[in-house]
Amino acid sequence: MKKDKVFSTFSTSVIWFWLAVFALIPSFLLFVTSLLMQGDNELVRLQLTLDNYFRLFNANYLRVFLRSFALAGTCMLGCLLLAYPFSYIVARMPKRYKGLLLLLVIIPFWTSSLIRSYAIVAILKTHGILNSLLLTCGMIEKPLQLMYTNTATMIGLIYTLLPLMILPLYASIEKLDLRLIDAARDLGAKKYQVFYKVLLPLTMPGILAGCMLVFLPAMTLFYIPDLLGGAKTILIGNLIQNQFLAARDWPMGATISVALTLLMGLVLFIYWLCYQRSKEPQYEPHQ
Amino acid sequence: MNTNIIELKGVSKYYHDHAILQDVNLEVKNREFLTILGPSGCGKTTLLRLISGFETPSTGTILINGKDVTGLAPHLRPVNTVFQSYALFPHMSVFDNVAFGLRCKHLAKPEIEQRVYEALRMVKLNHLATRKPHQLSGGQQQRIAIARAVVNQPLVLLLDEPLSSLDYRLRKTMQMELKQLQAQLDITFILVTHDQEEALSTADRVIVMNHGLVEQIGTPREVYEEPKNLHVARFVGEVNIFTTKVLEADPEFLQVEIEEKRFTLKNTKNYNASQTLYTLLRPEDLEVWGVNEVQDPTDMYSAVVVQVIYKGSTVDLILKLKTGTQILATQFFNEDDEKLDFRPGESVWVYWHSGWEVILSDEEG
Repeated sequence: MKKDKVFSTFSTSVIWFWLAVFALIPSFLLFVTSLLMQGDNELVRLQLTLDNYFRLFNANYLRVFLRSFALAGTCMLGCLLLAYPFSYIVARMPKRYKGLLLLLVIIPFWTSSLIRSYAIVAILKTHGILNSLLLTCGMIEKPLQLMYTNTATMIGLIYTLLPLMILPLYASIEKLDLRLIDAARDLGAKKYQVFYKVLLPLTMPGILAGCMLVFLPAMTLFYIPDLLGGAKTILIGNLIQNQFLAARDWPMGATISVALTLLMGLVLFIYWLCYQRSKEPQYEPHQ
Repeated sequence: MNTNIIELKGVSKYYHDHAILQDVNLEVKNREFLTILGPSGCGKTTLLRLISGFETPSTGTILINGKDVTGLAPHLRPVNTVFQSYALFPHMSVFDNVAFGLRCKHLAKPEIEQRVYEALRMVKLNHLATRKPHQLSGGQQQRIAIARAVVNQPLVLLLDEPLSSLDYRLRKTMQMELKQLQAQLDITFILVTHDQEEALSTADRVIVMNHGLVEQIGTPREVYEEPKNLHVARFVGEVNIFTTKVLEADPEFLQVEIEEKRFTLKNTKNYNASQTLYTLLRPEDLEVWGVNEVQDPTDMYSAVVVQVIYKGSTVDLILKLKTGTQILATQFFNEDDEKLDFRPGESVWVYWHSGWEVILSDEEG
């Protein structure tokens, strides 16, 4: 008993320490930095101001935010459309294939996603694997210009983030009671009716979780638009990186980071609201 | 004129060369209450799923209402199922669950509402329309599952072990309610169960299955009193089976030796002397008398009481015959025998009325 208590105190304090050192304090420092001013010779000038936040409401910054949202949203939808059928099929496989297929989904995580992005470059470039293949097959006559386009950025983002969509979807589809699908079909539901009346609402927690996991990082993976999109489109991630490293304006970089964190908090809050609503009865009594 | 609502002709089902069902021929009469009885893994649920359309037979044809439905999808068949664990939609209210089938058919809202409440009133749960399934008790979920199925006005209602997760008392009540509901709706019910008591008390006809084969089809009385083979006898109710040595056989009578005692029994099935026969006696067909109560023990067996199991309305006795065979006898309290005061270790006489026995040969089992 006593040993257990010592152990639980120890492990919780380790976690608190970890969170404090690596999450809480950096976030606080970031927030403080966002309230300071840019220095000429030093990193920041110790003078409190809200000026950085006013500078956010600039058409250029807003455009970047909107573009990032649109791109992340498209990436999220693309991942969802690809991952749902895949997760469904894997969840319905015999047990011994399930593990193997999920392992194949997870394996790319063992390599840095930066390195994997270079691998995509090798596939997409003018004389890359994809173009050579299509030319050899005679499907195209001259190489496709894929590199440094929005398409390439999208391919890179979807490729990198797809597993984050697959895993929560798989979890929610896997625990779905198959008899509910039988019951729906027995009661006269056509295939599409089974899908949107039973499958979709019951896997909604997985869908929402997957969307969150894809949407949030999609806005900040700055090296993918850099590498594959040719740094032509600036996203929030690139913006922050530029402010810190190129413009040397740490307070502004911090301000954008804080704004992004708040936006993501808002998205999480909306997710939470959706989740709460899905738990309430949908039918209003008439009688 | 077709009074068979469902016909199965030579239906077999194989999974990877493993036979689940073998050559099932079955005619289900319109408006009857049919139960399919068998131990788990006997193929009874597969049979139900073949009728509902979730499985397709490897061979054979299935007719529903005279129409060949062998390859037809479940949602196109005029049957509905009550699933074993109810399979209510957890994200929908009771009302939405019951309305599901009607909404799939895009009926008008007022009609849906009217029919849903009609179905809910039938199972006496119209006051719970706004609840979610997880807020209901097991018995209530069961009724909602029934309402959800019958609201679609199927020709046949299929029930897959619907009562197996309810406690004993509730199960009894639901059995009676199912019976009443069937009469009220005036449609065919096919109920799958492994509980022989449930099968006998609800059914107009019982199908006894074992190892993918239909062993016997008959009224509950036929199945219990005239089992076709040893499997059926063993599975439906308790039974004492005595190996019987045939000494002489003529078309009328059999001279036999059972547990070292000679008897003359009627030869009802034209057995001959070379066959190995079994004499079957139900526990309630055996009479047990105290040593002092009997004057002429000629046709009786001497036995010793091993165990007394008091069951309220009856007393079950486990007895050991002189030969060492253990048998089960059920005694009822009545005016002839008010005491029924047997004790373990007591010597008793065991008797049965000639003609109450069932004689089966080995080959039939």
